[in-house]
Parts: sequence; structure tokens; C-alpha cells
Amino acid sequence: MNTDSMTEIWVYLSAQPLLWLTLTLAAYLLAIALHRKAGGHPAVNPVLVSVTILVALLSLTGTPYQRYFDGAQFVHFLLGPTTVALAIPLHSQLKRLVAMGGPLMVALVVGSLTAGLSAYAIGALLGASAPTVASLAPKSVTTPIAMGVAERLGGLASLTAVFVILTGIFGAIFAAGLLRRLGVKDDASVGFAMGLASHGIGTARAFQISEQTGAFAALAMGLNGLFTALTLPWLLPLLAPLVRP
Amino acid sequence: MIQAFALLLTFQLTGETLRVALHLPVPGPVLGMALLLVWLVVRGGPGDDLRHTSGTLLQHLSLMFVPAGTGVMLHVGRLADEAWPIAIALVVSTVLGLAATGLTLHVLTRQGREASR
Repeated sequence: MNTDSMTEIWVYLSAQPLLWLTLTLAAYLLAIALHRKAGGHPAVNPVLVSVTILVALLSLTGTPYQRYFDGAQFVHFLLGPTTVALAIPLHSQLKRLVAMGGPLMVALVVGSLTAGLSAYAIGALLGASAPTVASLAPKSVTTPIAMGVAERLGGLASLTAVFVILTGIFGAIFAAGLLRRLGVKDDASVGFAMGLASHGIGTARAFQISEQTGAFAALAMGLNGLFTALTLPWLLPLLAPLVRP
Repeated sequence: MIQAFALLLTFQLTGETLRVALHLPVPGPVLGMALLLVWLVVRGGPGDDLRHTSGTLLQHLSLMFVPAGTGVMLHVGRLADEAWPIAIALVVSTVLGLAATGLTLHVLTRQGREASR
């Protein structure tokens, strides 16, 4: 085959959703294989590895993100039904969740306010620009809620999605070790903290620890999304004087 | 599998409809999750099909974040310009959020755990 026809095939395929959908799944399967090979070490995070592979491929081939997303949107879409599916592990842990209702609510309020307000305040004090700071504040909650909240605060939705995912990856890698060092080892507290501070990616990691840990993470993710959506738009204007003009 | 998938989508669609109709600040899938939980309580639990399909989807929850995560390439400029404030704010606030949540719940539930020992 000569170079011309190779180029022609590439030009055709790279404009089809099929190519980037297939490569998204391939990158993920490779990341999972590496994760397993590393003995499940949290640093070999499947999201981090997949994104690194795909960004490298897209940059090397000069493919714009929008064309990539035309294919990858089918995977992105599954985030919706998968979020709904979190009701099943929640249901299997329901008795424990209800019995711990009071402490869970207190931990939710303390944790959610700490995560959201500290991100905003630290970003502002270190001189980040106003849109960046507004995009940082909701970074602990699940992507669709975070994007909506950030837009209402004057942030950028797509930048928020990136902060959310970076936060999730950081939480998935370091949360369990950090909490252990603080003496927090019971599955309820570890799971709830992971889901609250690092949403779905933290929840995915929590399910690797145990189903109980995962159920508490799923609950925290849902509750923090709800709580943040209701409180952050009212609270952040109080901290607005910290942002550089 | 198709039945279970249709059920998940139906709950997502119901959640989405409620969100738009009532102007709720919570995304449709999160409302769908809450509604499915209520349905499971009423029904007494999921069937084998739903349990199996949900298990498969949840096992690959990480995959669903890959397309949005790849969007990092759109923001390379801003991330480089404001690298330090962003990195410090993300890391410190996430550590504080984890510690505050984990320690609060751990301390508040300690008595219960000791009593059950």
C-alpha cells in the first residue's frame, strides 16, 4: 500500500466516530491491564493512564478534541445510567446508612463546606483569576453538578470538568493512605470521605476496597452533589472579596 | 441485560423530566438514582438481571470519566499559566475535605463501633 492511500484511509477513519470510540475503549483496557500488572497500585489510576494515552494520540495526530468527542460521547453518555445504577449498592447497605443518618449528615456539612470553600479561598489568595477560582470551588462534586454550579458562579464548564477529574484522580490515589495515617480505617468513614471529596472516581476506587466502602462513597457523592448545588451559589459571594480584581 | 438497561434509562429520563419541570438544581441521573432507590425499597430489592447489569457498569465507572478527562487538552494554556495556584488549591482543599469528612464521621461513630465490639 502506498503512502497516498494510507493517508486517504486515515483521513476517512479519523473523521468517523468509530475510530475514537474504539481507541477510547482500547486505551481503557490497556490502562486496566497496567493497573492489574502493578498489583492494583492506586497510583496507576485507570482514568489517569487512559487520559494520558488519548491526549498523546490526539496531539500526535493533530486531532481536535471536538472530533475525538464525536466518537467518545457514546462512552460519556453511559455516565448517566451508571449514576442511576448506584442505587443498587445503596439499597444493599440501606439499613446501615439509615442507622448512621445523624453522623452522616454532620460529616456531609463539615466535609462539603471544607472542600468547597477552601478550594475557592486558596485559589483566590494565591492569585488565580476569577473564572479559574469559580471553576475550582465545586471540584469535589460529580461532573454534571459541578459544571452547572461553576457556570452560575462565573466559571467555565469545561475547565470545571477538568478540575473535577483531576480532583477525583488525586483522591483515588491518595485518599485511603491519607485517611489511614489519620487513624480513620473503618469502611464507612473511608468510603464516605472518598465519595464526598472525590466523587465518582473516588467511588470507583472505593468499590475496589469493598462493596461497603463503595456504597458509602456513592451515598456521599450523591449527598454532596445535592448539598453543594443548594449551598455554594449562596455562600461563595461572601468570599468574593478574596479574588483579585 | 437490555431490560435492566431500559429500566436504568427510564429512571434517568424520569429524573431528567422532573429536573426540567420543577427547575431543580440536581442533575437528572442523581434524581434517577434516588427514585430507583425508592423503587427498590418498595419492591424489596433488585432482580438478578438488574443486579448483574449494574454490577458490570459500576465495575467500569472509571471508563465513563475518560472522554471528559481528555478535555484537559483544551485547557493546557490556562493550566500552565496558573499551574501553582491551581495545583495547591486542588491538592490542599481535597486533603482538607477528606480529613474533615473522614475524621468527623470516624469520631461521631466511634461509640457505636466500641459498643458493638
